Amino acid sequence: MLVKQMSVFVENTTGRLCELTKVLAQNDIDIKAMCIADTVDFGILRCIVDDPEKATAVLKSKGFTASITEVMAVELNDKPGGLASVLEILSSEGISVDYIYSTIRSRNGYALIVIKVADPEKAIQLLQDNGISLFSKEDFL
Amino acid sequence: MYWNEAIECASRDLLDSIQLRKLKATVKRMYTYVEPYRNKMQEAGVLPEDIRTLDDIRKLPFCTKEDLRDNYPYGFFAAPLDNIVRLHASSGTTGKPKVDGYTQADLDMWAECVARGLVSAGADNTSVVQIAYGYGLFTGGLGAHDGASYIGASVIPMSSGNTQKQVMMMRDFGSTHLCCTPSYALTLAEAVEKAGIKPEDLNLKGGVFGAEPWTKEMKREIEKRLGLKAYDIYGLSEIMGPGVSCSCDAEDGMHIQEDYFLAEIIDPETLEPLPDGEIGELVFTTLGKEGMPLIRYRTRDLCSITREKCSCGRTTARMSKILGRSDDMLIIRGVNVFPSQIETVIGRFEELTINYKILVGRENNKDTFEINVELAEGLAIDDIRFIENLRKRVGHELRSLLGIGCDLRFLSAGSLPRSEGKAVRIEDTRKLSDR
Repeated sequence: MLVKQMSVFVENTTGRLCELTKVLAQNDIDIKAMCIADTVDFGILRCIVDDPEKATAVLKSKGFTASITEVMAVELNDKPGGLASVLEILSSEGISVDYIYSTIRSRNGYALIVIKVADPEKAIQLLQDNGISLFSKEDFL
Repeated sequence: MYWNEAIECASRDLLDSIQLRKLKATVKRMYTYVEPYRNKMQEAGVLPEDIRTLDDIRKLPFCTKEDLRDNYPYGFFAAPLDNIVRLHASSGTTGKPKVDGYTQADLDMWAECVARGLVSAGADNTSVVQIAYGYGLFTGGLGAHDGASYIGASVIPMSSGNTQKQVMMMRDFGSTHLCCTPSYALTLAEAVEKAGIKPEDLNLKGGVFGAEPWTKEMKREIEKRLGLKAYDIYGLSEIMGPGVSCSCDAEDGMHIQEDYFLAEIIDPETLEPLPDGEIGELVFTTLGKEGMPLIRYRTRDLCSITREKCSCGRTTARMSKILGRSDDMLIIRGVNVFPSQIETVIGRFEELTINYKILVGRENNKDTFEINVELAEGLAIDDIRFIENLRKRVGHELRSLLGIGCDLRFLSAGSLPRSEGKAVRIEDTRKLSDR
């Protein structure tokens, strides 16, 4: 139940992100979710796209440093406490979250967030045992 | 394999006697035909007949870059123009270029020197030598060309640039030897990879690289990526061009062609000679050169010399890798910094390419010092910590080697401009008037 996320190293210069998104556009790649972790001189763009292998390959050919990481896409109640209940399940078992961001997708009052944890196998099992549903790659298409 | 075993493996006594005979002739020639140097000798109170032993060279005044510039273009020529058959000039980024004039005998001697270097790099008359040094005023292209022709190799006179075509020729023509700057060799290696060609698909055996300082780390990288053995060739246009010295299989210094060049190491401050093994400024006296002989020319290059016999069998003196050209030396916040030191550190990290750029500036009366370096291709970077951790490790090694800190900026692989000749690695925007 892991989803492939693309991570790209982006220099913090004007127009660089624009270039990157143009490359994706030209190759007909759709961004489903994204976030940027940034510092003074660079950022790391993380995104869920419809074809991560192709997206990584085209970006590499254009001189970007891109790679694939596996993350979980977790569905949660879009109401106060929704995120807390999921994080509680993870923290109760000592699973730490590396990073987290939300997607623009939602379904029937549920919100979808992307979580990267240290121990994904255990986390998936744990969440499923608690009746929390996860998105698969197909759900994003 | 030797090109000229009688000289390359000669006894020290024989080498000394050749040097003394030719030194006396050079001093006489300079005194007779080169007025600015005659003036220097007269000021120093020394006459040609005062030179009786090799040690007497210490009585002679030095020649410098400034002497050549002041007497631009022909003031140091010791032969009339009707005997000069070739002119070369240094790039001369500041002010007037330095000109060198060659008689036919000078060109023959140059070809002999380059031939010795190429043969020690495994080339012979069956070799296919691709010359990717620039042809023109720069001595690299034609110098390597004449030496390769002299040993009877098949020469591909590519000159520099046209990288994709170079790669095609290299594969299709089965080049066995490549001559170019180390930074261009890296550019070619990248182009080979981009074209989907593996080192074993090429026929390369040896590479003779020079004209800019480079490190062992860079050498290993080129060897691995092009599937060849890399050799160092050294020279400077004022003295002749490439071929003044060249490394051998022992990889333990570059053999100086001592029958044509007398090398000394001096303390650049006191100008006193330093013993073998000590690092100082390299000084050359040409032996037998007609067009533009030079006596005790200060190269500004820093290295050491050994006269111990090499395990390759050659007996000629060897100079160490150039640790830096005092012209390349940056003084940042009062500390001497050589680009080669930075390259050494960068070469140790698999996460980085060997391409870098040094930016020095001045803000609020304080020097700024930034190094831009590319991240290697194929890195999986998913979080900031990876970069920050790398920054910490690289920064730590730089600081411990240089003695000062710098700002590190990471770039995507391939974003720095690629070199086609001598790489431009330094951008110093400090105003001279500030210093």
